[in-house]
Amino acid sequence: MADAVDDEIRRVQEERKKREQDLAAMSLEKSSFDQDLYGGLGRADGYVASIPADEGEDEEGDTEREVAKKLASYTAPKSLLGVLPGRNEDGVEEDPGFNRPSRIIDREDDYRKRRLNRIISPERVDPFAMGDKTPDPSVRTYADIMREEAHKREKEETLRVIAKKKQEEAERRAKEQSEAPTRVQQAAAPQPAAANGKRRNRWDKSGGEEEPAKKAKTSDWDAPDAGPAASRWDAPTPGRPGADATPAARRNRWDATPTPGRPADDDATPSGGVTPGATPAGTMWDATPKNMATPTPKKQRSRWDETPATMGSATPMGGQTPGAFTPGVTPMGGLGMETPTPSQIALRVPQTPEQYNAMKWERDIEERNRPLSDEELDAMFPMEGYKILDPPASYVPIRTPARKLLATPTPMAGATPGYMIPEEDRGQQFDLPKEGPAGLPEIKPEDYQYFGALLQEKDEEALTPEEAKERKIMKLLLKVKNGTPPQRKTALRQLTDKAREFGAGPLFNQILPLLMSPTLEDQERHLLVKVIDRVLYKLDELVRPYVHKILVVIEPLLIDEDYYARVEGREIISNLSKAAGLATMIAAMRPDIDNIDEYVRNTTARAFSVVASALGIPALLPFLKAVCKSKKSWQARHTGIKIVQQVAILLGVAILPHLRSLVEIIEEGLGDENQKVRTITALSLAALAEAAAPYGIESFDSVLKPLWKGIRSHRGKVLAAFLKSIGFIIPLMDAMYASYYTKEVMVILIREFQSPDEEMKKIVLKVVKQCAGTDGVEADYIRAEILPEFFKNFWVRRMALDRRNYKQLVETTVEIANKVGVSDIVGRIVEDLKDESEPYRRMVMETIDKVVSALGSADIDARLEELLIDGILYAFQEQTSDDTNVMLNGFGTVVNSLGQRVKPYLPQICGTIKWRLNNKSAKVRQQAADLIARIAVVMKACHEEQLMGHLGVVLYEYLGEEYPEVLGSILGALKAIVNVIGMTKMTPPIKDLLPRLTPILKNRHEKVQENCIDLVGRIADRGAEFVPAREWMRICFELLDMLKAHKKGIRRATVNTFGYIAKAVGPQDVLATLLNNLKVQERQNRVCTTVAIAIVAETCSPFTVLPALMNEYKVPELNVQNGVLKSLSFLFEYIGEMGKDYIYAVTPLLEDALMDRDLVHRQTAASAVMHMALGVAGLGCEDALIHLLNFIWPNIFETSPHVINAVMGAVDGMRVSCGPAVILNYCLQGLFHPARKVREVYWRIYNNLYIGSQDGLIAAYPVLEDEGQNTFSRPELNMFV
Amino acid sequence: MQASDRFNINSQLEHLQAKYVGTGHADVSRFEWAVNIQRDSYASYVGHYPLLAYFAVAENESIGREKYNFMQKMLLPCGLPPEKDED
Repeated sequence: MADAVDDEIRRVQEERKKREQDLAAMSLEKSSFDQDLYGGLGRADGYVASIPADEGEDEEGDTEREVAKKLASYTAPKSLLGVLPGRNEDGVEEDPGFNRPSRIIDREDDYRKRRLNRIISPERVDPFAMGDKTPDPSVRTYADIMREEAHKREKEETLRVIAKKKQEEAERRAKEQSEAPTRVQQAAAPQPAAANGKRRNRWDKSGGEEEPAKKAKTSDWDAPDAGPAASRWDAPTPGRPGADATPAARRNRWDATPTPGRPADDDATPSGGVTPGATPAGTMWDATPKNMATPTPKKQRSRWDETPATMGSATPMGGQTPGAFTPGVTPMGGLGMETPTPSQIALRVPQTPEQYNAMKWERDIEERNRPLSDEELDAMFPMEGYKILDPPASYVPIRTPARKLLATPTPMAGATPGYMIPEEDRGQQFDLPKEGPAGLPEIKPEDYQYFGALLQEKDEEALTPEEAKERKIMKLLLKVKNGTPPQRKTALRQLTDKAREFGAGPLFNQILPLLMSPTLEDQERHLLVKVIDRVLYKLDELVRPYVHKILVVIEPLLIDEDYYARVEGREIISNLSKAAGLATMIAAMRPDIDNIDEYVRNTTARAFSVVASALGIPALLPFLKAVCKSKKSWQARHTGIKIVQQVAILLGVAILPHLRSLVEIIEEGLGDENQKVRTITALSLAALAEAAAPYGIESFDSVLKPLWKGIRSHRGKVLAAFLKSIGFIIPLMDAMYASYYTKEVMVILIREFQSPDEEMKKIVLKVVKQCAGTDGVEADYIRAEILPEFFKNFWVRRMALDRRNYKQLVETTVEIANKVGVSDIVGRIVEDLKDESEPYRRMVMETIDKVVSALGSADIDARLEELLIDGILYAFQEQTSDDTNVMLNGFGTVVNSLGQRVKPYLPQICGTIKWRLNNKSAKVRQQAADLIARIAVVMKACHEEQLMGHLGVVLYEYLGEEYPEVLGSILGALKAIVNVIGMTKMTPPIKDLLPRLTPILKNRHEKVQENCIDLVGRIADRGAEFVPAREWMRICFELLDMLKAHKKGIRRATVNTFGYIAKAVGPQDVLATLLNNLKVQERQNRVCTTVAIAIVAETCSPFTVLPALMNEYKVPELNVQNGVLKSLSFLFEYIGEMGKDYIYAVTPLLEDALMDRDLVHRQTAASAVMHMALGVAGLGCEDALIHLLNFIWPNIFETSPHVINAVMGAVDGMRVSCGPAVILNYCLQGLFHPARKVREVYWRIYNNLYIGSQDGLIAAYPVLEDEGQNTFSRPELNMFV
Repeated sequence: MQASDRFNINSQLEHLQAKYVGTGHADVSRFEWAVNIQRDSYASYVGHYPLLAYFAVAENESIGREKYNFMQKMLLPCGLPPEKDED
């Protein structure tokens, strides 16, 4: 039926489409609409032509529908089903346990990903190690690096010029072409073509345009993604007229997994390598498609586009690779740069696990279907009767091109000169990754490029010592990275212990590339960083040549979003600077300070701040001074000032002693010619002032004038930064100055109130808050000058939409209210409680809530009070989605603050509540119930008992609520009413209420449990007599289960309730049931029972319980006896010193238990003795305790952990109550026992004793005989006056 | 080290030794133990002022002198260590 309808619809749609196409073709011929505006024919295809008829069903979430389909027979509430866990959209079971380890790169944004662009530089010379020698020309010195940096900057500059020229040329050409399309393009002298508004031509467009040349002028802006790609082909590549290609499509294909057969197609290698005539520079430019538009093109290239040529030219020192042979150690850090070893041929980096699996599968199939080898055939066939023939001369084995091509080594695009038939290697194991030798952990597919060498079976003997060392390190690192915890631990220790033996070079050359790996996970990074930390500690000054390398890898951690990663990064850099020393650190980082890449400068500044915190600010001050005043480049000044900012943020108030010098260093930046420097200076001053608050205003004297002058002359970002620093400096001032400067800045602030810039808004709000909070800024001034503009500009609906604006505005308004009082603020916004925008109402409510709770409501007059209640009621009723309880909190706060003044409004409020308790939405019902709980106290204060009684009855009727959250709130509301109204006046009467609660105790929801047990406990405490004893007994049984609740609050409430009930109905009945409960099989239940018995004993005095309990010990059943002992243990723990009256009573029982053959008996009895001993310390029960100690003591040789713990505990308890001397005397017999086993135990006891009562033992030590030349006597103790 | 030690104070016996010099183990010699006892004793005398005063009266010395003497005696309270037995 449905199918027929669908077919019909499809048919009609097709017909219509045809008609439309006809129509479109017709209208196109007539050019009835502008093609530029409406696009070509293909344009309309992207739109949905008809609206689906079943849209209503689509509205509800997919998951919900799915659940409805599958669980139609269940009747649980929807909200619960909605969050059905363990299933995602695809219907695939999600991992119910921990989250899968996440790759770092997946959560990084573009900025953070720029860390991958950095290069692990070759090591540098350690000038300290050389003494006075002149450095060998082959090593890299500080001067070399500075020269390289300068060279790089220069190159960047040149490239920019080239880019500009190229662009101009392209423009000019485009212009010429658009003017005369027939003319052949020619490379003439560059002409400035900027006068024309058009910047780029797209003459190789792939659309179906009929007249590309004419249309190009107008329509190339329509296809933004094709534009930049096209520019790549603009470069003059001889022999390649280019205009025919469709490069955009091809490029995209390259990004995907290489498909079989592609490497044979030489066009597909996108780098310039395929155009033999291209100059090196051209090659590089070809690889960066967007270079035309950006001044720093290198940062934008994607990893796929990288060519060796690019890398090589970017690192002119590439030839100085330290002599290491493993793939990962090439200092470029470029991916895919390493020599491919046979095992990793097909595994080009970076390979996703999916790719790997697909490949694995394919190989598996190939492996099973492979031709049989000679050996296999030999094994299969009988030895005689067969003859092996030679294959015919014309035979050529069939090859599967797919596999062969995949296995072809194409390490770098463009490097393959032609197709090569790979060699057949039968020995390869395709189905599972080759096991490394002897117990190495599994190597993940991503790791092959680093650990691939381990897979090659090599004769360890044949290796050179260097290679063997490399291999050893690699093994250890693999164990650390992928191994099991024990493997990891031993490997880490070995790495640490042998760090100096391995040497810094081999270690770091392997660790650091691993850390740059794009597939690294958080846990792995943590482990590797840990390795570096340990190794650093051992290597100490040997790390010097590698400082920069390490920094390149560790600096990105400083801006990681994970807090612990940041801390880890700081720790490493701090240790590094302690190991390498200040001079080395500065030498290593100085070249990065004016690096062209902002990312590098940013991370370097942060690293420097860590160095400052590790080595002290004074050590760094001269350097900072020099950098901040650098004449050479604004980047250096910028970074220097940023370092100061980071130091302030990192060290906080610890900068105070150096505040003046820090301010002096950066103050000149306020007048710098570069805008960025001025901005960062102001921000640094803000950070310094924030860190120094509330001290240090005198240090800022010198910058006050430029700052205040600056806010008059600057606009935009710089102004925002200046205002920010002023905002932080004003609170440091004395009242008089603060008032003056506030008035100065306020003019600007009020002007900027209207700024549309979000950042400016936030800063202005913050500064207003800071100004308003300062002494000396008078309420009248704020009222007259600030408030009108403030409310006009900020209290608008738009501000409520952005979370950060919202928070800042509320904070600022509350701060202002603290100065000008409640009525001024509330009076201005109270009307907005009826605004039509809900987020705005919520913001108003939150502000009123905060203001009223801080300042009270005495200031609110009758009229305002009326408006306020009215508004709040409106806002409360109109809320649709409030997950933050803002409305509820606000309502509660205002009502509680108004107190008795709410009385006239209470009927109305209660009417609303009652109405909302009946609402369809669970959330509304819950809020209504929560509101009752909040205002119950005020209702009592207003003598509205009748109303409360009424509400009580209403709530009672809603106890059948199915949503646990709502039920919990209803119980909470009932509890609040019972609390204020008392047991006798409660309606419904307690005797009706409680039986209704008993079944609810079974509910497993925590909120329900907690509220219910609280309510029951309250009734048991205050009104137990209203309920028959039988009901209480029933409740007791329910409570037993709750003793093992997860939430501590519930357990505590349950324990208390037990006590109240036992008190109310007498311990006998409760105890009888509890003792019977000891016989049950379930251990958990028995444990809870023993706790309950102890509680009953505590609340009803032990003598009511002990006889029955001890009598129960006679039952010859293991569980019961142990239960009794356990109860005794808890009992003595709870009753504490009350235990002194019962020691003699229970001693015979404990004697028996301590002599029992059953281990658990002795263990439990020992813990009972411990609690008993601790409880009666100092109460004169030593005789009984020493008697018990004699039973305890033989158990010290127990080996079972629980028993020995209990016994040691008991001995410790005895130490406290009998004194250390007694225990020492017990100890002395075994301290020098001939048997080591005995000595070990006795010394352990002695150590416990010694640590517990060191001083108390002095008088009790034995008299030792002098021996030879040694005197052991202590004559002082024999002195007598 | 036993399994039980994981849960109690002995789990960090090594650490403990560093913290409390006076703790011992199965291989402590009579001399070592006695030295610890002596040092503990002197420390205790110095730490308890009334005790110090008592000794001062008994020896007819000033309290400061007593204190000084005790501190000095803590250096080698039992004389030089005996020659180690070869084992």
